[in-house]
Parts: sequence; C-alpha cells; structure tokens
Amino acid sequence: MRNLMDFETRMPDADRFALSDLSSLAPAVDFWSLRIVDETSENYTVRKNVALPHCAATDRGAMASVYAGGGYGYAATSDMSPAGLRAAFERATAWARATARFSLLDVATLPRPAARGEYASPSLRAPSPSRRDWFDLLMRESQSAAIDARIVDWETSMEVRNATHRLVTSAGGDLVQRYRFLFPGMSVTAHADGDTQTRTLHGYRGICQQGGGEILARFGFDGAARRIADEALELIAAPNCPTGTMDVLLTPDQMILQIHESIGHPLELDRILGDERNFAGTSFVTPDMFGAYRYGSDLLNVTFDPTRGEELASYGWDDDGTPAQKVHLIRNGILERPLGGAISQARAGLPGTSNARADSWNRPPIDRMANLNLEPGDASLADMIAGIERGVLMETNSSWSIDDSRNKFQFGCERGRLIENGKLGAVVKNPNYRGISANFWRSLARVGNAETLQVLGTPHCGKGEPSQAIRVGHASPACVFTDVSVFGGEEE
Amino acid sequence: MAPREQNLRQAMMESYFSDLAALLDGLLQAGETYTATFSAEASDFVRMNRGKVRQPGSVVQRYLDIDLIRGLRHATHLVSLSGDLAVDRATIAAAVAATRAALPDVADDPHLLIATDVNATREVRGAPLPAAETIIDAVLDAAGGADLVGLYAGGPVYRGFANSLGQRNWHEATAFNLQWSLYHRTDKAVKSAYSGLAWNAAAFAAKMDEARLELAHMARPSKKLAPGKYRVYLTPAAMEEIASMMCWGGFSARALATKQSSLTKMEGSGSDAIRLDPRVTIAEATVDGIAPAFQGDGFVRPSRVPLIDAGRLTGSLVSPRTEREFGLTANGANGWESPESLAMAGGDLASKDALKALGTGLFVGNLHYLNYSDRPACRLTGMTRFATFWVEGGDIVAPIDVLRFDDTLFRMLGPNLEALTAETELLLASDTYGARQLSSMRVPGALLSEMTFTL
Repeated sequence: MRNLMDFETRMPDADRFALSDLSSLAPAVDFWSLRIVDETSENYTVRKNVALPHCAATDRGAMASVYAGGGYGYAATSDMSPAGLRAAFERATAWARATARFSLLDVATLPRPAARGEYASPSLRAPSPSRRDWFDLLMRESQSAAIDARIVDWETSMEVRNATHRLVTSAGGDLVQRYRFLFPGMSVTAHADGDTQTRTLHGYRGICQQGGGEILARFGFDGAARRIADEALELIAAPNCPTGTMDVLLTPDQMILQIHESIGHPLELDRILGDERNFAGTSFVTPDMFGAYRYGSDLLNVTFDPTRGEELASYGWDDDGTPAQKVHLIRNGILERPLGGAISQARAGLPGTSNARADSWNRPPIDRMANLNLEPGDASLADMIAGIERGVLMETNSSWSIDDSRNKFQFGCERGRLIENGKLGAVVKNPNYRGISANFWRSLARVGNAETLQVLGTPHCGKGEPSQAIRVGHASPACVFTDVSVFGGEEE
Repeated sequence: MAPREQNLRQAMMESYFSDLAALLDGLLQAGETYTATFSAEASDFVRMNRGKVRQPGSVVQRYLDIDLIRGLRHATHLVSLSGDLAVDRATIAAAVAATRAALPDVADDPHLLIATDVNATREVRGAPLPAAETIIDAVLDAAGGADLVGLYAGGPVYRGFANSLGQRNWHEATAFNLQWSLYHRTDKAVKSAYSGLAWNAAAFAAKMDEARLELAHMARPSKKLAPGKYRVYLTPAAMEEIASMMCWGGFSARALATKQSSLTKMEGSGSDAIRLDPRVTIAEATVDGIAPAFQGDGFVRPSRVPLIDAGRLTGSLVSPRTEREFGLTANGANGWESPESLAMAGGDLASKDALKALGTGLFVGNLHYLNYSDRPACRLTGMTRFATFWVEGGDIVAPIDVLRFDDTLFRMLGPNLEALTAETELLLASDTYGARQLSSMRVPGALLSEMTFTL
C-alpha cells in the first residue's frame, strides 16, 4: 500500500536542480543567492483519550537574493518552476535597484559566500515509528493521565519534521543540509476550588531535538504522563509561593528561558544595530561593551554552539553560508562577542557568529540565536540544595515577560519547592521572580555539573519584520542565584 | 508590482482556486468527502532602519489545506502550491493519495463536525495599491533624515473554502500596514501605524506630523518612577495589548469548559462570578473587521457574537469541535476559538480630553510583552513602551523610563475603570508570522484610577 512515506521520500526540490541550471536562471548582477527550503511534517495529537486527525504538511519554496546597482533585494516564491525562479530573481533585482539610493547596507562590503558541503542530523536515516506506533504511544500516555476527576484536560503530542535546505550562490557556493526534528509534548491540567494548574513535560515544546526515537528515551517520555498528572494534582492542593528576597535554584527547563530572554536576545547584533526597535525591541548592550563588560559572575560561561549534534539548531552553515563554529559569547562573566551574522559583523565592525537564519523560504535571514548554551560547572544538584538556607527550586517555565531593552524581566514557573536550611521542602504553586538582566547574572552563585544539564529549546522564538518563528536550542545545567525577588500568585 | 499587473493576477487567483476545488472533486473516491481551505498572498515587505532601507522584498505564496474524510475518520495535508495548475495537479493528487493512505491508521473522530448546509460567500475588498517602491519613497522622504525604523507590508491576501458539497467561499483583501517608530535616543521613541485598504498620502502625512509632535516630548529628560500605584490613561494601542491577552484563550468555549480560560471566574450568574465595570462591552464583530465571513470548516460567521455585555461574560467562541465535545452550539469560531475581529464599545470621555481627565499620572502610549503572572486570577504583567509620559495637571511633563505593571484585568476594567473614550480605533493586525493576518481589533482608550507597577 502506498503510504505517506512514499510521498515524503520523493526527491526534495532542493535536490532537483543542478547548479548550472540555477545559474542559468539568475540575472547578470553583482551577486546572487538562491535558498531552497523543502520541509515535510507529520503531527500526532491525542487529547483526553481522543486521537485528533493526523495532520501532514509539505512546504517548499525558494528565496532569491540579489546585490545589484549598489542595492540589495529579495523575492520568495512557492513556484519552483524555472519560470517561477526566474521571476523571483527579476523581482529581487528590481528591489535592489529601486532602493539602492536608500540602502542601509554598503553591499560592496558584504561577504559573498562560496562554501560547498553537506550536513545531516544525527540518525537521519534511522527508521521512524509508524503512524500507528505514534498514535498508540500517545494514547497509552493519555490514558495514564486520566487518574482523577479533577484532571480536566490533558494532551500528548508529537511532531516529526524532515527538512532539506540548499543554498546556492553566484560565487560557486552550494550547501545542502538535511534535518530531522522531533517535538514531543505532554500537558495535564487540574482544576479544583476555583484554581487551575497545568503541568507539562519540560514546557510547551521544550523538548525539541534533532534525531529520532532516541530523543524520547532521553526524556523518559514513555511513562511520564502519570507523573505529570500527579504533579498537577499536587499543585492544586499546594500553597502559593512565598514573597520575599531569597535564593532561587532554577532547573534547566527554566534556565533555558532565562538564557534566551536575558542573554540571547540582548546579544543579537541586529537588535544592537537597531533593526528590531520597531518590533521586538532594542538592547541594553552597546557595541562598546564587548571585551570588557561584566555580564555575570565569574561562573558565567555562555557559548554559541551550532555543532552539538542533537541540539535543535545545529547545522553546518548558517543561511548566509557562514560555517558553523562554537564560540564563547561570555567567558568567566566577561562579555566577548555578540550574536551577529556576516552582514551584521560587516555593519558593526565586530566579531560575531554563524547565526544569520531564516525560519522558512519566505523570510530573509536575520540574526538569531541558534544554539545558545550555558556551560556546566562543578556543583551537583544535592550540593546546590544543601547550600541554600532559604530559597525556592523552580521548574519549567510558564510565563515570560521582559522589557524592550531586555533588562527588566518577570518570569513564572509551573512548580516550586521550598528549600529551607539546605533541604527540599513543600511544593508551592505559581512561583514567580523578577529582576534586571544587568544585575541578575552577577548573582549567579552556583552552576550545576554536567549531570544536571539538559538539552532543550523552543521551535517558536519570534522576532523580525516580517516576523519569523524559528527553532532555537539551549543546553543548560541547573543554577543558583542569590537575593532574588520572589513571589506567588494572587491572594484571594 | 505595478497596479495593473496586480489587478490582473488577483482576478486569476480566484479562478485558480475554483480550479483547485474542481480538481479535488475529481480526486474523491466512493465514500469520501473533503473540506479545503486556501490561503495565499502576494506581499511586498520593506524593512527600514535609520531612515533607510534594510531589507526590501516580495513574497508570493499559496497553500491548500485538505481534510479528507471517510465516515468519522479524517486526516489533513497542507501543501504549498506553485500557482500553475498543470504542476499543482500532481502535488495535490499525491497529497490526497497520501492522506487516503493515512486513514486506516487513524481512529474515528467523535468530535468531527463540518458544514453540511451549502452557503457560498464572496467578498473582495480594497483596490490595487500604489507600487510599494513609490510608497517607500514617500515614507523615507517624509522621514526627512529622522531615525525611522519600521516595516511596510502590503498587497493582496486571499482566503478560500471549498467542500465536496459544492460550497465555495472567497475572501480577498488588498491591504497595507505601515508600522514605524521615530527614535529620539536609546529607547525613547514614538510608535505610529497607518493601515487600510487604500493609501492616502494626506492621511499618511497627518500621521507622520502627529508622530513628530509627540517625538518633541520625548526630547525632554526622562523621569524615573518608583514602583507603586499610579493613575493611568491607556491609549487604544495600549488597550489593544490588554484585549489581546483576553483573546489568548479567554473567550474560548473549550478553555472555559476546561477551566483554563483567564475569564473562568467571570462565568455564571451567581454572586461569586466576577463582573467588570458595566461600561465594558465586547463582541466578536466580523462585520466590523477584515477577516473572512467563514471559518475553516465551512461555517459562515454571524456578523456579531456578544462576549461581554455590560461587564458580564455572556458568550464565548465555539468551534465545531467544541460543539461536539461539550454539547454547545458552534458560532463561527475557528479551531483556536480566539476573536479575529474583536470590538470593544467606547464610553463617554472625549479622546481630546483624556490628558485633562488624567490630571496627574501616566499616559501610556504602548504596552509591551504581556503575559499572565496568574492566569486563573487574570493577573497580567507587561512593560510600558514608546510614548509613555508623566503628566501633571493635564500637561505632559516628561517621558518615563520603562515600568513593569502586574495587576489583574478584573481590577483594571472593574472597580479601577474611570472612563472609556467615546472614540474607538480600528487597529488592523500587523502580525506577519508565516503570513499576513486578517484580524483586527476596535478598542477605546481607558482611564484607570490606579494600576500597580512593580519594577
């Protein structure tokens, strides 16, 4: 019987064209590139023991980018015929010429990548479970969550996404990158006495990696729903998180949000250059800070690392053709370099990273985080707990808000546990904390060892005009921060 | 794209959609039905920074989402299309075959509900816009060297629905949305928007003049306020952010039924149900916006669905799935059950008197990055942004350094609501994630006796 996989294993559009064919479609301009994106996905969801319809998607298209007449322009199309691609090149060229007199970029100074090569996700060719296997797994987990009448909603889900991206340039560049992503999800909601609490497995789509079925084992997906349900019930009966200034111990599924919002976004070079000021915002970080500014305590070491195989945003080259490389952004607390791709580096005169990325064929590359990781330290979880006299352990992000300069933040978590005199105590609900990025990282007091580290991420990092929601990976250990403003939910 | 060419291609898009539907009709086998939604656009996007062009470009995209149904089993497949039927025929045939192959692996869906009454609709709004290049020339000339940053997004957006019963719905809106900020320094800026279905040079010039006037206030030294409670006037742009939080599951019938809505405590007629101020009236008013008059399962939307009436939660948005699951009656909502054309009634405060009525307090031009700090209590947190000023005696004194608020909507639009402006503003969504959106919001400004700021 013909099945979906037959459809999915057709030759991707990214592979259909010879370099010479593409070159023949391009206009005579200073430089051009063509970025072809071909992605397929399958979504499985079981909600309250009812399987939702199987949802598949096939999305392919191309973006032509051109430097001509001193300007830059792009045009994207889902028409992958030679005529469609030629029309896209013509439109991109027209944009470049029409806006050259207003161009912010000096295109003569921009890099013209010529790299060639291939990249593949780990275990890309390993067989995937069948549709029925996925549904059976999700149904089994769903059924094990229905343990109490106070459980009012619950859902298990899985997205499997395959992608082939190709970048061809007039300088002779030809890069083909093949990916497989998994996005497992699980959430349980309990309600009683006017309160509602939701518990998830590492947040909404927090588990997201490249690879295959091994990802589920890494996070104990099979069998997790019962524990999640128990914890949701526990939260319903728990008191509010206390208010006060105290230590917090953040687990990796909250640390990734803390890193993302108050290190990742403020270090994006396009924000520092002002591109995002009308939408996502600016940054409290200024170009003069690199090389000298104390971002955090000596324990803070943050790397940009698109080379860690299983992490969500690993690749061989970014979407402007810059080779992927692990670099330190912050070393021993001192700010070293921003998150800026080749074009931003040329604009700012600063070193950067290989992070010019687009979320699909229909959006142009801009500076993104890719994988942004906090390097592990030497503290065990037990040691960190033992070292806290009064504090709260907070797990799994549930609320996030930060100002447009990425400084004043307020974050909330799904579940808290009091720590008193070095011992874990009662569960508390609605644990929230607030602070200022510029001060907060300097209060980093303990960094967990590799045993506390998890590789998580989000497929929904949003920014850009037009807007883009992109896949971002974060690896972090658990960490302790001192003297943090902590509070709970609304008191009746 | 030149206007004449744009016009021609738009006419072709509707007939192309009809051809796609006919193709699907021909691919069905005995016992099968289908629904299909079509989404396409031909957009110009011009990103600006420092009064110059950062990224100019165009995007042409077409998607068809097919739901193939046999009995109570169904599966969907979304495909991107080239626009050339000769090419797309093979793509769609392969997608239908793959979806058919998936049906044996899916279970019966007890919550499946699709439209069976055939209700065709057709709406075409807007006319060809001036070439985007011409508009950008005008915008940057008007900026006159100012530090302008923003995005122009314009062009036709298409939505279609078809099913195997022969229902066809078509919705087309040629619209533009220019969002820009004029910066004075660091984070001190004025945000403006000009959007609509027809570009009017005089209307744009007036908006730019207004922005320049406000920017003059931003030149003053900023004031740093301590956390605390302040009297506040929220402009319609700030109120849009507050209302957006209510739209995040608040009015969803499914979220209300499963107690996940932030408005759950407003449910019911008992004395313990929370009521907002009686002047708060909110509806999903499709008639007032630019969203399609049909939803993704083929149901035609009522022109108006009351949600909050005189402070009481009286309605919710019910999707077809939710009708089946909870025994409610669907009312034109899509699966996500969020308003797409929210309209909030105005009050009796003239907008021109807002500063005077505020007296001493905060004039909040914009809010930023809102989230729930306690969803069941409808407690929100977020930041002030852009043109937000300290006001004394009805006069603007100084821009402020950004402040974080953390307060419940029940207090803000309940006992702390002093007035709503008589004038309401229609704000077309500027969202461009994946595609340009057709949602909108009509909201007034609001004067609050106090709002809690925490950082």
